[in-house]
Amino acid sequence: MSGEYDVAVVGGGLLGSAIAWGLGRIGKKVAVLDEGDITKRASRANFALVWVQSKGLGMPAYTVWTVRASEAWGRLASELKQQTGLDVCLQQNGGFHLTLGEDEFGQRADLVKRMHNQIGAADYKMEMLSASEVKKSLPLIGPEVSGGSYCPLDGHVNSLRTFRAFHTGFRAFGIDYFPERPVSAIGKSGGEFRLATPKGELRAAKIVLAAGNANQTLAPMVGLLAPMGPTRGQIVVTERTMPFLPHPLTTIRQTDEGTVMIGDSKEDELDDRALKHSISSVMTDRAQRMFPHLSRLNVVRSWAGIRVMPQDGFPIYDQSETHPGAFVACCHSGVTLASNHAFEVARMVAQGALEPELVGAFSASRFGGAGAANNSGY
Amino acid sequence: MFRRSEQDQRPPVQIFVDGVAVAARQGDTVSAALLASGVDARRSTAVSGAPRLPYCMMGVCFDCLVTIDGVGNRQGCLVPVAEGMQVEIQKGKREIGK
Amino acid sequence: MTVAPKSEDYDVVVIGAGPAGLAAAATSAEAGLSTLLLDENIGPGGQVFRAISSTPVTDRNQLGADYWVGADLVQALRASGAEVIHRATVWSLDRNLEIAVSIGGASAFVKAKRVILATGALERPFPIPGWTLPGVMTAGAAQTMLKSSALVPDGRTVIAGQGPLLWLLAAQILRLGGRIDRILDTTERRNYLAALPHAFAFLTSPYFAKGLSMMREVKAKVQVVSGVTELSAAGDGLLASVSYVAGRKRETIPADLLLLHQGVVPNVNLAMAAGVEHHWDDLQLCWSPVLDASGNSPVAGIAIAGDGAGIGGANAAVVRGRIAARAAVDALAPAAAAKLPAIATLRADLAKAERGRVFLDTLFRPAPQFRIPSGDTIVCRCEEVTAKDVLDSVAIGATGPNQLKAYRRTGMGPCQGRLCGLTVTELIAQARGKSPQEIGYYRLRAPVKPITLAELAAVPKTEADVKAVVRG
Repeated sequence: MSGEYDVAVVGGGLLGSAIAWGLGRIGKKVAVLDEGDITKRASRANFALVWVQSKGLGMPAYTVWTVRASEAWGRLASELKQQTGLDVCLQQNGGFHLTLGEDEFGQRADLVKRMHNQIGAADYKMEMLSASEVKKSLPLIGPEVSGGSYCPLDGHVNSLRTFRAFHTGFRAFGIDYFPERPVSAIGKSGGEFRLATPKGELRAAKIVLAAGNANQTLAPMVGLLAPMGPTRGQIVVTERTMPFLPHPLTTIRQTDEGTVMIGDSKEDELDDRALKHSISSVMTDRAQRMFPHLSRLNVVRSWAGIRVMPQDGFPIYDQSETHPGAFVACCHSGVTLASNHAFEVARMVAQGALEPELVGAFSASRFGGAGAANNSGY
Repeated sequence: MFRRSEQDQRPPVQIFVDGVAVAARQGDTVSAALLASGVDARRSTAVSGAPRLPYCMMGVCFDCLVTIDGVGNRQGCLVPVAEGMQVEIQKGKREIGK
Repeated sequence: MTVAPKSEDYDVVVIGAGPAGLAAAATSAEAGLSTLLLDENIGPGGQVFRAISSTPVTDRNQLGADYWVGADLVQALRASGAEVIHRATVWSLDRNLEIAVSIGGASAFVKAKRVILATGALERPFPIPGWTLPGVMTAGAAQTMLKSSALVPDGRTVIAGQGPLLWLLAAQILRLGGRIDRILDTTERRNYLAALPHAFAFLTSPYFAKGLSMMREVKAKVQVVSGVTELSAAGDGLLASVSYVAGRKRETIPADLLLLHQGVVPNVNLAMAAGVEHHWDDLQLCWSPVLDASGNSPVAGIAIAGDGAGIGGANAAVVRGRIAARAAVDALAPAAAAKLPAIATLRADLAKAERGRVFLDTLFRPAPQFRIPSGDTIVCRCEEVTAKDVLDSVAIGATGPNQLKAYRRTGMGPCQGRLCGLTVTELIAQARGKSPQEIGYYRLRAPVKPITLAELAAVPKTEADVKAVVRG
């Protein structure tokens, strides 16, 4: 683990991996420090949407950032394919949020209206559709579906294969991946950062903190702030079945393998070993009301994961004033924003400064040194 | 692959495999009845389409998956045969509505 | 035929109706505790006493005296007043001792003061080239069909592997008039020497004489090849031949059926999903739960008996079942415990039943090449992941089974790692130069067996549950 690195990325999940891969792509010498086999990994627990609709209410810059990511994802997928041979199965033919009953339809319509009233909504293209309109795209919906919202920019991807593609790509870019090295302390001396791990110290000219919710603890070590408000979400997965769902939904998607994933709950709980079947029950009940044929499928797995979630729900990208060369990056949408992380954030880290016109809105200075309530809609 | 011992005095049960009548015995599991019948009971996997037959016969390997009375992906080794039962050999992923 | 549990609360819920579960449930109910026995199979007996109440094999000598012991256990259970439900698949058990069980396509939920897991064993994965071909099965599978449906191998049949069950099966097949063309014994020659120091205990155990006479019986009728060091199955969509190397000589023989067996290992899925800590057993080469002398796990109220507690065989399983049940009685109805056999007696019974086990474990320790495959040999049967795929994942940073799962989907299929878990752990351990204990196992969660989505959707829900899901 000796030797010097241009950049050490702390965190080998989707976010850290995307940034590291992006840095390697432009010729930087990069080390990725990661935890081991059993750890809270949102990258292994996520729902894999590349999602635009409803993102950014209360922060127009987030809408713009998300749309940019959505548009760049195709390039990321094809570069990964070219480099690693792995098809991450990106599909961006539009996505739905379905509603059950008139109340839910009304609430969703209100949200769409509020999004449209916000600056930047021109990029959005989100619209409400009646049940009969939805049925044209999703013929197997059940009679309880009252309609839903649709956004042509939405899509999904095989997020686990994306994760593997980044890690596979590390080798080709000469990136050193060090698992089982959680960082316990960070110092700066002699113009370089020193990161303490159980297996020794690693030195680098720059560091990117991409350790998910652990950023809250790491960031103050280098004069940064990352107030987090993690929540627990559950996902239920069925056996493989023939393709029936041509578009992803906010809460149901069919993977390229054929399994059906059903999400997503939100609780203020942080134990990812526990599962509440009663919550899976609500999720699956709604799923079978949306698509009645799902009721006969077998559920093969379910799990709980802890969301990486900045306290107000919006991403944090920041650079340290006291420790120049230290960056922090955390967000909930590590899948959706992977393209921005690989292309834009990596580029800005390499050049040594974040660009205010691109990510200025995401500085943690918005918290004013304290936390904030999450109004982002997650 | 397997044959019945002559001492087996259990009453016969008729099941149908892809519509064809097959003689089973009371107390057979669907998988045992298929393996005793001599019919080609190979399913194909949902991943690559590779052919498979039951491997463990005790409910753990899931290589005995069959469609029973219209319901797909049942563990044939855990389900006892019943008169008139309709069994279908599965090819690939489970079908919609089965 | 499909019956839900009569109550929502029990003193003791026993899961699994094999030797340990039968004994545990009978003991608990005899002592007056409200007892529910849940079992996945059609009838009682587990694997060892499979179809004990219904087998069409009427000649008692054919299955052997050890098998018919099960009939007494079933009789004791029936007399005990325990509530018994078959075709009942437990898919969830948590730290609050809440159990979700699928019966006839609907789930019931029961709460226990004590849970005794008697989920037994399953056959160790035998990942050789071609082991997924139709026509390759476990020896246990053939034995299941023999006991429950009096079915015997008909075509060209090869049995390969090692261990007492293999010889028992061979003897039973021959007694029922079935066909065995060849037995390929994979026992490592060096194991005989390693086992020697433990031989005295074995020679004085009840297994010795029985084992010896059974091997003689089989060897008189079947060609047995010992010292087999390589093994593979081949065929185009169906088993056609078996190849092996013995004494540096390779031979390929035509075959219609290959029965594999290299011992049994604890069936850990439910216990692990309930949060019971397991450790790697270096002798038995498997995960065993951390238990006290009465079978109590670190999770309060959950005990484990039988082979799920570490492989000990049927006789030991029965005693362990009684010990675990006695501990439950001691805790819940101490006055009733006086009627039960003294704990010292039970412990002496256990010591007797476990006599010779170390010898067997040492002698029949499977060779590395039959546990840790290479190249294109499939490791994960469900997701069709090969040994090479696993090693490639280790090369890009998979430190253990869970990261491997994320990279390659191993263990994500319906069997939930039962047929690949041990192989994955040992393969990664070997590649990384670490112990299996350091590598660890899949993190398992409910449902431990698949249930229909409708069943999950029918689980009772509260307003808070709905709020956790439905939002703008």
